[in-house]
Amino acid sequence: MNTMNFTLSTSTTIYEWLLGILPEGWENTANIGTMIVIALIYLAIFAVAGLYLVLLERKVAAWFQLRLGPNRVGFWGLLQTMADALKLVSKELTGTIKADKFLYNLAPYFVIVTSLMALSVFPFTQEFQAFDINIGLFFLIAISSIGVIGILLGGWASNNKFALIGAMRSGVQTISYELSIGLSLVTMVLITGSLQLSEIIEVQKNGWLIVQGHIPAVIAFMIYMIAGTAETNRAPFDMVEAESELGAGFHTEYSGMKFAYFFLAEFINMFIIAAIATTVFFGGWLSPFGITESIPWLGVIWFIGKTFILVFLMMWFRWTFPRLRVDQLLTLEWKYLLPLNLLNIVLMAVIVWLNLTIQF
Amino acid sequence: MSYFGDIYKGIKTLLTGMSVTGKYFITSRKGAITQQYPDNKNTLKMFERFRGEVVMPHDENNEHRCTGCQKCEIACPNGSIEIIWDRQIDPETGKKKKMIDQHIYHLSMCTMCGLCVEACPTDAILWAQNFENSVYNRSHLTKVLNQPGSKLKPGVEE
Repeated sequence: MNTMNFTLSTSTTIYEWLLGILPEGWENTANIGTMIVIALIYLAIFAVAGLYLVLLERKVAAWFQLRLGPNRVGFWGLLQTMADALKLVSKELTGTIKADKFLYNLAPYFVIVTSLMALSVFPFTQEFQAFDINIGLFFLIAISSIGVIGILLGGWASNNKFALIGAMRSGVQTISYELSIGLSLVTMVLITGSLQLSEIIEVQKNGWLIVQGHIPAVIAFMIYMIAGTAETNRAPFDMVEAESELGAGFHTEYSGMKFAYFFLAEFINMFIIAAIATTVFFGGWLSPFGITESIPWLGVIWFIGKTFILVFLMMWFRWTFPRLRVDQLLTLEWKYLLPLNLLNIVLMAVIVWLNLTIQF
Repeated sequence: MSYFGDIYKGIKTLLTGMSVTGKYFITSRKGAITQQYPDNKNTLKMFERFRGEVVMPHDENNEHRCTGCQKCEIACPNGSIEIIWDRQIDPETGKKKKMIDQHIYHLSMCTMCGLCVEACPTDAILWAQNFENSVYNRSHLTKVLNQPGSKLKPGVEE
């Protein structure tokens, strides 16, 4: 444990187990082995979770539109997205002649790898957290904005005007709304005084932050959800894909598994945005009023449950609101969200300074 | 100040929209409009205004209401209807009268515009609600609407 000095929890268990089976003096190998094992576990869990998020989206969309949704493949349509994934795996990977081959092939991995990396820091419950780094929230914001490079690369390298327009819109959107995401989270960091996700949850044992911070926290949550929806490029901010204008936007030229990576990344990003909101505003794995405090593993259920409620909220947005125009998008960010956010930070600072937070 | 007024109005209208879709979401389980077609083939009933194909209803005496005026044939924009008629002696009055021999309807050419049904002065042709119109041979789509041996219902022409 010399170079990689993480505060480990789940990883400690795996690390010690690996150390036990490896001969003396192989600590570094055990460290790397730990990371690989955790990466594989997360990859397996979240590839499947992403598929089921797609299914959930389709079901929810159907119910909003008075339809039934997929219900043929497997009981209640549960195997539908599995079948879709199998179909996509078996498809040919096409490309255009004039595409920049290297960047074109690199783009989907950029998008999917960044969104999977962000998952590693979430505390699903007290013990189940892969890497508890002390700059957790900062890491999340940084990682989630790298994904846009993949989108820009994909749009640029496929040498297609629609893809390029989509990618450029994505750049505009992410650069603008990144500010709101960061500032609304900074508002909450004023209360917690720490960026470490486990610390943030520790603070919330005296009441969830949305209760502790009352008015400014609610405003910050609303701004965060708006900006988060924009960050994941989902309707009403889906100008990046905008089927009716751009074909399919930045992934027009992609097919098969490369397209599936973009698609999966969108849903994992949605999960990430909802999970950050759960951790920062709604107490992460803490149960309301500590009703299941004696059974620690139930934290996973609480965390996933809260996350899915927020994911449902984002789906609700998607199937209710019409798409914004680009100028409306920028007006919303620079004229409304940003000034309000700055005011909100001052308000929150005053509240923390005068000890007006609500604590149980 | 209109700045904050705009924000209030924006949030209010967004919440109104969300409540509308939310209501649909909650009631969608029993109000779903999806028909699981091949499964409910026997019970599926199309709604009243559905335009399946043009039919000519006959009553129990094998009598229809078509006088052979050919208004439907003229109204049809793409010639789906052909009426073969001749002058025969009406057995009741003993006068010569225009009567239809065959009312031919080409379902394959029909666009379901409904102009023929609107044009008909005696309501002789109507829309049927059937929708399983596929056949293996194109010639099966050419239908004769009046049944063999049928005649005009008395009293329609008055």
